[in-house]
Amino acid sequence: MNQYETVIILTPVLSEQQMKDAVTSYRELITSNGGELIHEENWGLNKLAYPIQKKGTGFYHVFEYKANPDFIELLKLNFQRDENIMRELTLKLDKHAMDFNEKKRNGHFDRKREERRAAEAAAEAEAEVEQTGEEA
Amino acid sequence: MSSRRKKYKRQPQPPMPKKYCRFRKHGIKHVDFKDKDFLMKFINEQGKLLPRRLTGTSLKYQRKVNVAVKRARHLAILPFVADGLK
Repeated sequence: MNQYETVIILTPVLSEQQMKDAVTSYRELITSNGGELIHEENWGLNKLAYPIQKKGTGFYHVFEYKANPDFIELLKLNFQRDENIMRELTLKLDKHAMDFNEKKRNGHFDRKREERRAAEAAAEAEAEVEQTGEEA
Repeated sequence: MSSRRKKYKRQPQPPMPKKYCRFRKHGIKHVDFKDKDFLMKFINEQGKLLPRRLTGTSLKYQRKVNVAVKRARHLAILPFVADGLK
């Protein structure tokens, strides 16, 4: 059993529910093949740095799990067959990466940055409220 | 003639603050390709990697930064080419 990390980018064409269903199907694929999910993270709809398949945004999702090496082949095959996946990256984690991710989960790094992001998110939410108010 | 010509001597420069490897200083052993803000410190405004002589990163970690930036580009977290990134 090795520890792996997979990042997938799903098309923005999907609705929120379809995106969640797709993620759930992959989660089940991992657990049903003897994998052990350690952590997952949904970044939501993010802007891409450059267009992929003529689309400017995508749903990012990160899985961190323990699995057998044979399973990774299967997972990649599934990703290739799935049209909703625009990009994916699967990495085997070394001991430093595992350590880093665990510390990150426990909030060891950059409390200030998280605060800043929270403040930005709040500001954006306010801006959105204002916009919708104007439209109404 | 040569004795009359004014000789220009290079003025002594104030010493630059010593560069250091931020990974060694803070004991960071892993470069996260998912952290855009952190990787932005190692690329210029065109999205190209900055050389070690500017960032002060040690060779061991420069290689890791290199790989991390390339992974981030694959996932569209960082651009391959950009103009006025900063």
